[in-house]
Amino acid sequence: MDPWLDFTVIRNNLTYFFIGSYPHGNLGGVALTLYLAVTSCVISFVGGLILGLLSVSRHRAIRYPTLAVINTVRGVPLLMVIFWMYFLLPSLLGHPVPESRTVIAALALFTSAYMAEIVRAGVEGIPRGQTEAALATGLRPWQALVYVVLPQGLRNMLPSFVNQFVSLIKDTSLAYIVGVSELTQVATQVNNRSMVHPTEIFFFIAAVYFIICFTFTSISRRLESRLAWRKSI
Amino acid sequence: MFHYQFDWGIVTSGKYFEWLLSGLYTTVQLSAVSIVLAFLLGLIIAMMRMSRVLPVRWFAYGYLEFFRNTPLLVQMFFWYFGSYKLLPEAVNDVLAQTNFEFTAAVIALTIYTSAFIAEDIRSGVRSIPKEQMEAARSSGFSYIRAMQYVVLPQAIRITIPPLINQFLNLTKNSSLAMTIGVAELTYQARQVESYTFRGYEAFTAATLVYLALSLFITGLVNLYNKMVLMRMRGE
Repeated sequence: MDPWLDFTVIRNNLTYFFIGSYPHGNLGGVALTLYLAVTSCVISFVGGLILGLLSVSRHRAIRYPTLAVINTVRGVPLLMVIFWMYFLLPSLLGHPVPESRTVIAALALFTSAYMAEIVRAGVEGIPRGQTEAALATGLRPWQALVYVVLPQGLRNMLPSFVNQFVSLIKDTSLAYIVGVSELTQVATQVNNRSMVHPTEIFFFIAAVYFIICFTFTSISRRLESRLAWRKSI
Repeated sequence: MFHYQFDWGIVTSGKYFEWLLSGLYTTVQLSAVSIVLAFLLGLIIAMMRMSRVLPVRWFAYGYLEFFRNTPLLVQMFFWYFGSYKLLPEAVNDVLAQTNFEFTAAVIALTIYTSAFIAEDIRSGVRSIPKEQMEAARSSGFSYIRAMQYVVLPQAIRITIPPLINQFLNLTKNSSLAMTIGVAELTYQARQVESYTFRGYEAFTAATLVYLALSLFITGLVNLYNKMVLMRMRGE
């Protein structure tokens, strides 16, 4: 056990932690973690916007099924969603799906449901007078929603979106379970190889995740205080 | 689309049903133990975060930010694989006697959730008008007693809905314990799948159970809102 903590295992594998075996092999490590997070964030932003707007529809036939989808996804663990995608996608598409695509699909679906709730709260937070005024000027209900209410709501939603992105970065670690070589998977590989440095390795990757996530958490807080200031004047 | 014969009997009775049931039992046990510990720890951290002693406040700030901004899975691996180097030999010996997978999962879930709970409690305390504290102090309570008898009881009442929400998150997060070998619900569903190749049946069963748990916990929030918060507002 001497020396007590020995971080040379980190130094020796540093590029592997950050980019995997790229350029000689597949991209991995931190780079893949960020790729998974950004890709699923973009998809789930669109998905969340659509689901969120459908969930405030005046038509029950649209609103109820949308709410059912949102609440079902929010009611199960992400791990379950990943397993579902793992089994469903190949049989739906009729061909094998790469693990990273499976994870992106699962993360996108899961996060869409959470984004949809943010959108719903944001839209409902805009005073009713805005919709009434828009309708009175002759806009159709969907136009009033998309052109008048949503642009105002989006500004209020921004901090929550950034927070959701932080959750998403943390959630990419679950890609480990289906063998995608993102940061957590890379760490367990190095751990299995070196055997005697789990403390150093997992502390190191926790610190890496922390630096990335804390940056975005701070951005979100700054946005929040700017919004509060804007509202107070 | 599917050429698949469903066989629901496999998960509604017999050996595999019992596996899933024992998984549910472990999930509930894991979540229940962790939520109680996380609440107590979260309360302490929230008090430290509001302390007037700077080093105490900084420690709580670091704790909150660190555990909220790292993935639960990594924390779980850290406690399970890496904690032995940080602990004295004697403690490791004791832990080796217990079901260490379960213990590590409880530690990880407790610490992760406590950071979120502490923030909920803190915003609950901040929502109590500061005149409450001032009135208590001027009638002779010390800071701690004023907190204990006047501010906290009101704050906790407001904090209960977000707390129940954290309990829901915790229940879902407990599925990560499967990665370190705790035989909870997701683990057992996976187990049934690998023994029978009946993935759809096994995961449908587990999904429905999780949904039922979520509905139950959400129902608790609604009930609480109806009974307590409305009475507080005098409706």
